[in-house]
Amino acid sequence: MSFITLENVTLRFGGLVAVNDVSFHVGEGEVFALVGPNGAGKSTIFNLISRIYNPASGDIRFKDKSILNLRPDQVPFLGIARTFQNIELFEQSTVLQNLLVGRHRHRKSNLLTEMFFAPNVRDEERRHRQVVEEVIDFLELQAYRDKYIAGLPYGVRKVVELARALATEPKVLLLDEPASGLSLEETNDMIFWIEDIKKQMGITVLMVEHDMNLVSSVSDRVLALADGKELAIGTPSQVQSHPAVIEAYLGTGQRISS
Amino acid sequence: MRFVFKRSYDDDIKLFKHRQQAGYYVLLLVLMMALPWLVDDFFLGEATNVLILAIAGMGLMLLTGQTGQVSLGHAAFMALGCYLNVILMQRGVPFIISLPLAGIITGIVGAIIAMPILRLHGIYLAIGTLAISVLSEDIIVISKKWTGGVIGLVAEPINIFGLDIDRYGTPILFYFLVLFVTLFVLLIFRNILRAPLGRAFAAIRDSEVSAQALGVNVTKTKITAFALSCGIVGLAGGLLGHFAGAFNHETFNLVLSIQLLLMIVIGGLGSIHGAFFGAVIVGFLPQLIAISRDGISSIFNLGSLPLPGIETASFAFILVIFIMFEPRGIYGVWIKIRTYFELFPFYRKNMFKRQKSYLKTERMK
Ligand SMILES: Nc1ncnc2c1ncn2[C@@H]1O[C@H](COP(=O)(O)OP(=O)(O)OP(=O)(O)O)[C@@H](O)[C@H]1O
Ligand SMILES: [Mg+2]
Repeated sequence: MSFITLENVTLRFGGLVAVNDVSFHVGEGEVFALVGPNGAGKSTIFNLISRIYNPASGDIRFKDKSILNLRPDQVPFLGIARTFQNIELFEQSTVLQNLLVGRHRHRKSNLLTEMFFAPNVRDEERRHRQVVEEVIDFLELQAYRDKYIAGLPYGVRKVVELARALATEPKVLLLDEPASGLSLEETNDMIFWIEDIKKQMGITVLMVEHDMNLVSSVSDRVLALADGKELAIGTPSQVQSHPAVIEAYLGTGQRISS
Repeated sequence: MRFVFKRSYDDDIKLFKHRQQAGYYVLLLVLMMALPWLVDDFFLGEATNVLILAIAGMGLMLLTGQTGQVSLGHAAFMALGCYLNVILMQRGVPFIISLPLAGIITGIVGAIIAMPILRLHGIYLAIGTLAISVLSEDIIVISKKWTGGVIGLVAEPINIFGLDIDRYGTPILFYFLVLFVTLFVLLIFRNILRAPLGRAFAAIRDSEVSAQALGVNVTKTKITAFALSCGIVGLAGGLLGHFAGAFNHETFNLVLSIQLLLMIVIGGLGSIHGAFFGAVIVGFLPQLIAISRDGISSIFNLGSLPLPGIETASFAFILVIFIMFEPRGIYGVWIKIRTYFELFPFYRKNMFKRQKSYLKTERMK
């Protein structure tokens, strides 16, 4: 079944067509990568799926049901979690508290029961913490668990953001440049984790990434974009050797081959 | 230095981090309970005033410190709580019902006002809420039939289960009443902070986009924070009415709104301690100024020194000092002192270098 479907989606910022008639679908259990030079419209596609932007035309579907009637805060309830290109963590909270916000979509308690910390609130808290601890173990964040984000190095923050998305127990994970700014070693960890997320957790992954080594190691399919338009779609090697893709990268100073 | 080994999830959920910490707070509570027998009536009155300020401080802290939404209009909600409580009592509602009811109605009114006003961000929100404070004074004066206009109202005597509680007649009982409400609000505050709602508040404060991406309904949660905050401040207002005895529109003027905000900034934004530290400063500063003024004038034989505006100037001065040197407020100083002793002699000067405090209400969309 197709989890995420974009159908002829177009979005303009004033005169700029950031996303131009883009269509693709991401199947269940697939790792799907969006690549393309800076300003191609990759993050904008994520923001469209998150409902931060409204498309000018076209349709966006989750499991064959349009999500265009949803508010941004309703999207995670479908099981869609995301990370941001410019890390958006809760700076004045600890790692643990950040991950616990990830549990928000599973909240069953309400204002009144929480004010008095009723027994069911406590039970739920235990349940949330159990899931969060599993994520902490999986991503090896034990050492940072009670640290405040404001003092953490960049590489750790990236992992915390991934952890927070996983704490929502998503069906689909949108990762915006999970490896940007990471060292070689950290990138290798990331490859390993994304593979586990796909194989062990069975989570569908849609990601944006510039690092072609990462893209070709983990992705099943790749869509290349430039200036909001689709260039090519296929396996990582097909896309990398596609003439239009090579041309799009020419003169940008970025590399497409790894 | 103390290491806390966590063995179960409850270690993170419970109210106190470890036995020793619980011990400290029990000690503090015992001290507060014994206070009426340790100090004279004048000081007890001041302590009562500080507790009322602390309740209001917690109310505003929930909104500004936890959720990141500034309000310069909270005196208006104190006024609402105060007037509602007394008006209800005048119509025969007993205090144990009128005070909670005043808090709840203030909360509901807060929620209604929050709907349009919380669309504003940052400085605009400050200006918008400031307008509430300015307007409220006029509204009080105009609604003469209910509020007594410029003459104001006199708080009805409190009677709980046949027990007469009066600020001057039975200051000890009044102190305990206020202490009870303080503890009640404190418990609710703590409970909310360790529950999903409290985390959603902090999430909105730090990054609205990602709070939203995790399923937090930003508008609804902000309104909830505003309502809760107003409700708590309404309770404080209700108590203040009885503390003041008589009050009118000037009791709850704009200066009070500003004082409340200063209080939590000086105390330390984002911590419960901050509300209390700030209340102590704001509560005792006038006394401190009076004492030092008398001291100075008697030393130099100046007679009675008229120094208009000295209080406001001192507040401004303290605020500037804190913003420049210790943005985390008195709570920040407290943490440093504690760490110094815990780590002695290994404390480094740059230990808290990275930690900055700022109000961030809005970021990239
Ligand atoms: N909120 C906005 N308002 C106006 N223009 C925008 C906005 N967001 C993005 N754009 C423009 O839309 C285009 C696509 O931006 P987008 O962020 O999607 O690129 P990207 O493919 O993610 O690039 P990068 O690899 O640099 O992250 C760019 O030209 C950008 O300047
Ligand atoms: Mg991008």
